[in-house]
Amino acid sequence: MTDMSQTHHQSWRQWLTTDEPTSRRHAAIVQFYLGWLSFRSNILAMAGLIILLFLVFVWLFAPILATHDPLAQDLSLRLLPPSTEHYFGTDALGRDIYSRIVYGSGITLYIVTLVAVTAPVFGLLVGTVAGYLGGWVDTVLMRITDIFLAFPKLILALAFVSALGAGLENAVLALILTAWPPYTRIARAETLTIRNSEFIDAVRMQGAGTMHIIMRHIWPLCISSIIVRVTLDMAGVLLTAAGLGFLGLGAQPPTPEWGAMISFGRKFILDHWWVATMPGLAIFTVSLGFNLLGDGLRDLLDPKGSKS
Amino acid sequence: MTSAIEETELERRTNASPLPRILKNLTGSVLSIALTMIGLLAVTFIIGRVMPIDPVLAVVGDKASKEVYDAAYKAMGLDRPLLVQFLIYLKDVATGNFGVSTLTARPVAEDIARVFPATLELATIATLLGVVIGVPAGVIAAIKKGSWIDQLIRLVGLFGYSMPVFWLGLMGLLIFYGKLDWVAGPGRVDVFYDDIVPYVTGMILIDSLLAGEFDIFFNAISHIILPAFLLGYYSLAYISRMTRSFMLEQLGQEYITTARVKGLSEFTVIWKHGLRNVMVPLITVIALSYAALLEGSVLTESIFAWPGIGQYITIALFSADMAAVLGGTVVIGVVFIALNLFSDLLYKIVDPRAR
Repeated sequence: MTDMSQTHHQSWRQWLTTDEPTSRRHAAIVQFYLGWLSFRSNILAMAGLIILLFLVFVWLFAPILATHDPLAQDLSLRLLPPSTEHYFGTDALGRDIYSRIVYGSGITLYIVTLVAVTAPVFGLLVGTVAGYLGGWVDTVLMRITDIFLAFPKLILALAFVSALGAGLENAVLALILTAWPPYTRIARAETLTIRNSEFIDAVRMQGAGTMHIIMRHIWPLCISSIIVRVTLDMAGVLLTAAGLGFLGLGAQPPTPEWGAMISFGRKFILDHWWVATMPGLAIFTVSLGFNLLGDGLRDLLDPKGSKS
Repeated sequence: MTSAIEETELERRTNASPLPRILKNLTGSVLSIALTMIGLLAVTFIIGRVMPIDPVLAVVGDKASKEVYDAAYKAMGLDRPLLVQFLIYLKDVATGNFGVSTLTARPVAEDIARVFPATLELATIATLLGVVIGVPAGVIAAIKKGSWIDQLIRLVGLFGYSMPVFWLGLMGLLIFYGKLDWVAGPGRVDVFYDDIVPYVTGMILIDSLLAGEFDIFFNAISHIILPAFLLGYYSLAYISRMTRSFMLEQLGQEYITTARVKGLSEFTVIWKHGLRNVMVPLITVIALSYAALLEGSVLTESIFAWPGIGQYITIALFSADMAAVLGGTVVIGVVFIALNLFSDLLYKIVDPRAR
């Protein structure tokens, strides 16, 4: 018997941590909150989250945070060391490096978001279809996936961009083309374990179509392993994107893309260290953020993998 | 040494002539590898087709008359069906014909054979460094799980995963060459040593020793040490992390407890019994990290002016030398697949359970 008055006085915290949820949504919220609590206690993962939130913050408030026009050139100010006027110094064209890094955050977010949204969805679609249908569809799709997996990512991206022409859009396209295969593998493996469950049989007997079953009943169960993998992969995507930018195949000048900025500072590395060092630190920080967050999420969502 | 029953079971299974099974596996692997290779070539073929650069113009120049252009178009087989073109491409690649580089005016295959040893030399030394430091680090992290040293090793690895290799290369040059002057700068040897050692293996460290040129040998070491350490750092990050997780798995096994109960020293238990069982999956990891270094070479070689396949590809990229780019891509892809197959097979031979 529950005391009614006590139930009414239950604090938010009790409502959020109850083990007797009153509805499906309540259960989901409780589970999310408990996950958040355990995530919050992981200092490194929180650090990762904060780094990424900071990146979004910098992107949102770039016009306020930047002290100079990121594209404005002034040759009389070229290659100045870091100072109170130019926090990170200036480059060979007299542009303020700090402001360029601030504006570059948008490009980084653009690349990462586009890849993180498209590649996993495509991989998820291919993997679940292959796993659910089985047979020759499975064989053909997985064979194609294996071919893409067999390629070293950077080399494949390089070949794609060199064929399509250098530029930010083509670089992103190349990154997506190299990023999807692992998600296919994961989604297929998950689907194989779910495919023959009774609840799928039940849905099928209710007359649900194949795509309905895949999208409404299999996808939700694959999501958590995919999310973990996406977060862990984004650091790699970021580094590959920076590599393409460094080779001059990504965003074209004068866009303040971090990888391209490093390549620009390369010639002056021995005498004017800040030109290449600063954008590199930015890349390092953000990709560390993704790695820390990904590690934390894996501990949280994938207890099997957390041992490693 | 799990248990006596399982051991005999294992022996019975291993002794029941494992050869046919390995052979069967081998045929399966070879077949799937062949399919993968054809797929890889299909991708490079398609890339070669979609490029905006007209391959005919690249050969005849943009001032050529219509007749010359058409003749070249026909001579290059571009008027034939795509499938036929692809089959011709397959035959060419199988016979080692990657076309002629428009930049060096030499066959691409010849060019690659000349530059590849430099990459191999760098990647090998880097992997050695990664193994020599990474494996003990991973084992120590596993033994002292949760301690500060475990956290430190994890953090060092995490940093490695998060740094752009070309940036770390620049920072290395800035600090160890520019500021401290501990190592030599970009290139394989100092300029005045260039082209002295006769080309035998293409690996400067071996060639200079063969020629008895010890000055050049030590000079080459001072050049290779920085890029090798930087690349080695990346394989170290990966190898130590995997070693740690494999070792943790082994340390929980009963045979470890048995060995301890028998009174073996902790050193023997871990470094002999534990590590021996870890070696099997570790082989795969080392092969994979070796393959990854070949990929990393594209960026590192550009920083260190290292005349390997990575630099060859990047230079070709900027002169729109597609034959060279695609040839280099195919070679790296093939080596990548071969290393994967090799580690897979080795795994199956060493670990009876995987057969």
